[in-house]
Amino acid sequence: MTNLLSATTASAANAAAEAGEHAGGGNDAGAIMQRLIEHVYDHPVITIDWHPFGWEWLDLSITKLTLMIWIAAALIFLLFRALASQQIKKGTRGRYLNFLEPFVLYVRNQMVYPIMGDKMGRKYLPLFLTQFFFILFCNLLGLVPFMATPTANVAVCATFAFTTLFTIIVMGMVEQGSFAYWKNLVPSGIPWPIIPILFPIEVIGIVIKCFALTIRLFANMTAGHIVILSFLGLIFIFHTYFVAPPAIAFALCIYMLELFVAFLQAFIFTLLSIIFVNMAVHPEH
Amino acid sequence: MEGMIAHFAAGIGASLTVIGAGYGISRLAESALEGMARQPEASGDIRTAMIIAAALIEGIAFFSLVICLLLSFIK
Repeated sequence: MTNLLSATTASAANAAAEAGEHAGGGNDAGAIMQRLIEHVYDHPVITIDWHPFGWEWLDLSITKLTLMIWIAAALIFLLFRALASQQIKKGTRGRYLNFLEPFVLYVRNQMVYPIMGDKMGRKYLPLFLTQFFFILFCNLLGLVPFMATPTANVAVCATFAFTTLFTIIVMGMVEQGSFAYWKNLVPSGIPWPIIPILFPIEVIGIVIKCFALTIRLFANMTAGHIVILSFLGLIFIFHTYFVAPPAIAFALCIYMLELFVAFLQAFIFTLLSIIFVNMAVHPEH
Repeated sequence: MEGMIAHFAAGIGASLTVIGAGYGISRLAESALEGMARQPEASGDIRTAMIIAAALIEGIAFFSLVICLLLSFIK
């Protein structure tokens, strides 16, 4: 396989001057793809060398993804500030608020209240609204040129899933009682030799469900970017201009699919969080 | 030669995963479309459940995608 690839690049070697920016570092396919995939990596913008408590593993530098998270949070605050301060009244309020309101009402009426009920749902509604809009804005920021996707980093996705894990365990213990929550994990009418087998499975099941949440979000966001970069990398591998129109057309279609996936992954993350928190705070008999 | 086995394994793994996920989602779409054809007034609920199930199946396929990416890009 490497013979065919080197023959392709050798036959179009006189067009090597067109790959001006990438010349000199190695013109084989692996090096080109490696340099393209580095667009997905994270770079520090402001390096901070101070480690609290002398912990060398804690790197507090401001990276590009940190800036993106701040931009997403500031955008949510600025865009929803006007909607949140309005009192509830009938009638139209202008195009801008009428555009934002159906998203909030969809999360409230079609996702939280049907699953959790009115009273309990109103108590946990701010958490799920925050998760939905924060993940949505983080996903959409990656589609703007010269910006990165914060959720394409495992640490950011793990933080989102950790909020769900924290809510499940802490609010489960608050709602049902500290000891009764762990007792209700195992169904009541089973013979007692099965309990030492079933209880660790249930506990590990909670952690595995949150782990699946993070991996689903992380892999969906990263895979979209890598596919787009691979299609654009085909142009550099083949060293001709004729590959450019179909490669860019494919990349454009994957780009539109990524827009749909951004909304879908925010929706799925929030919906699964609602189901898990509901199972924790409503004891099932 | 030693470094090539990882890339080869990543390709094989990703292909097998796509076969499984494609089969699962195609069966899901078949049942969903048949249900929508039999009872058009339930098509809203069926569509929502279909999207949720498709995202869950894709989530499992992405687990192996992450492992294949780790194989390809970590020395």
